Amino acid sequence: MQLAGWGRFPVHDAHVTAPRSEAEIVSCIQQGQAIARGNGRAYGDSAISVTNTIHMRHFNRMLGFDDTTGTLIAEAGVLLADIISVFLGRGWFPAVTPGTKFVTLGGMIAADVHGKNHHRDGGLGNFVDWIDIMDGHGKPQRCSRQENPDLFAWTIGGMGLTGVILRAAIRLRRVETAWISQTVIPAPTLDAAMDAFETNSDATYSVAWIDCVNTGNKLGRSLVYLGEHATLADLGASQKARPYATPTRRRLTVASRVPHWFLNRLFMRRFNDFLYWQGSHSTMQKLVDWDSYFYPLDSIPGWNRIYGSKGFAQFQCVLPLAQSRTGLRALLDAISDSGMGSFLAVVKRLGDQPGRFSFPMSGYTLAIDFPLNARSLRLMETLDRITITHGGRFYLAKDSRMSSETLAESDERTQRFVAMREKAGMRQQFQSAQSQRLAL
Amino acid sequence: MNKQAILILGARSDIGMAVAHRFASQGYRLQLAARDAASLEADKSDIEVRHGASVTLHEFDALATQTHAAFVDGLEELPSIAVCAVGLLGDQAASERDVNSAIKVMRSNYEGPASILAELANRFAERGSGTLVGISSVAGLRGRATNYVYGSAKAALTTFLSGLRNRLARHGVHVVTVLPGFVATRMTEHMDLPALLTAKPQEVAEAIHRATEKKHNIIYIRPVWRVVMFVIRLIPESIFKKMRL
Repeated sequence: MQLAGWGRFPVHDAHVTAPRSEAEIVSCIQQGQAIARGNGRAYGDSAISVTNTIHMRHFNRMLGFDDTTGTLIAEAGVLLADIISVFLGRGWFPAVTPGTKFVTLGGMIAADVHGKNHHRDGGLGNFVDWIDIMDGHGKPQRCSRQENPDLFAWTIGGMGLTGVILRAAIRLRRVETAWISQTVIPAPTLDAAMDAFETNSDATYSVAWIDCVNTGNKLGRSLVYLGEHATLADLGASQKARPYATPTRRRLTVASRVPHWFLNRLFMRRFNDFLYWQGSHSTMQKLVDWDSYFYPLDSIPGWNRIYGSKGFAQFQCVLPLAQSRTGLRALLDAISDSGMGSFLAVVKRLGDQPGRFSFPMSGYTLAIDFPLNARSLRLMETLDRITITHGGRFYLAKDSRMSSETLAESDERTQRFVAMREKAGMRQQFQSAQSQRLAL
Repeated sequence: MNKQAILILGARSDIGMAVAHRFASQGYRLQLAARDAASLEADKSDIEVRHGASVTLHEFDALATQTHAAFVDGLEELPSIAVCAVGLLGDQAASERDVNSAIKVMRSNYEGPASILAELANRFAERGSGTLVGISSVAGLRGRATNYVYGSAKAALTTFLSGLRNRLARHGVHVVTVLPGFVATRMTEHMDLPALLTAKPQEVAEAIHRATEKKHNIIYIRPVWRVVMFVIRLIPESIFKKMRL
């Protein structure tokens, strides 16, 4: 069947099986070049194997929950949205969440996803107690920090290339309410935005929307969103009565043919002007429900169609702290010079990252969407160069177009990852279209 | 919180499992019955974790009809609702070549379900309450060349349920006949089905839950199937026999 990631590029005609038992997974793995697929929210070809994609949708059961520690044991195909709907009402929330709740547990571990609290809490991997993984011989293995620690360390952020994640134990965090107390800090320049991140490093959550479309002194202005889990005391009387209730959100849908003025540069500039104006003139601090705060785009099912049938790519890099100011400025200038803007550009301060092959590092990450075409592909190659010059690296869960040379140059860990895969016999058994493109 | 028990026969099926989740979310206690029931442990945990429901597993073989009376007697509690989701689509071509293959389809879709429902019916009637839900099929409404073995067994089940309903109405027992059209399940995953006509197992479960609450007798899952089957049944046999459906 035709298979693509969330960015709808590249599209592969891939062979997909959806096993229902571990025995069926074993027979899939024995065919070689297998990759597990969750809910298909990686942007590119991370979860596609042309010959052997293993869809994990039937492994979506929750196996146990300890409500003293908040430890959940669940199969790899369980959706984050289901975890939230089951546990938020009982006072628990994911310790780390990416920007969509439509991801699976297995996918989150494979990408070692980070959230708006990465600067404080690190990535999801920090909250994984153990993983059961099916290796290349079809043998299920438990791995943790004590048991098979190497396999554990490589699997977190290993993009599914160390085996098929079957189930895992993760820790949730206690919350008193379903609300986030949000503070918006308008930052007229990129420097001001970065200062805001640094002075608010104790905030639980922080992220910034950044203007990448306008030029001159409007380029780089940002709205920095800080967030804290609201306590009962923060809520109004009516909210307090049902602290975990979530107001129903209006669901928007994307017209199947988006008018092309929508992606027009002038329109996007005005739109960004409006966003900044609105952000800097609304109340600085307010209560926001969890769904709107963490997953604003989830309320627009199929927003990935907005860029049309050719799809889009998301460029996401991280720059080391010392190089972040000059690096981000150089990236913004290149984007602005190219005349290719984007609605969705996000900057965030990341914290230290102990993961063997995980994306984050202490510094700043920039994520920005581009409709896919020859110009944007050229621009992204320029951005690749700037990132490498500044000592940065790339997020494989977003990547759909990078070259293997670029990856190797940006990340010295690549060689060790490949050597480990070679030695463990994982390279024959586990391959995605992405791992083949990147020579992993 | 509702504290009644529901028995689901053929619980491993996608529809059976969706029914289990739907009723568990309403506070029902679940009795899940299937062959190799121990292999439903993960599903049991899932239902317990998600819904905080209590779940028991019961070994049950629909084709071992001689065990059915003992099976019902062995339940710790006679449930207030029983849903039979047992069925076998089979392979029409194989059924044409091999009578044993055809008989297995007939037994799995009619004899087995009818036998266990009959046992439950007697006990429900004696108690004077309860709801029996039989999952039949629109395929039973008219025989077609491509699946008449399956269809004939479902037709028999539909008739059986109709008779049961007629018999038990005066005893306070309600009988629901479910006539799903296409449902996206393991049974149909190799087939290329029209999206508009194909329901998710959760829709079936939702409709069954509603039918038990509102005491509906015969339910289709997507309203469009009423129209489709109405038209199909109107076609004169002299024309129908020449059609390829």
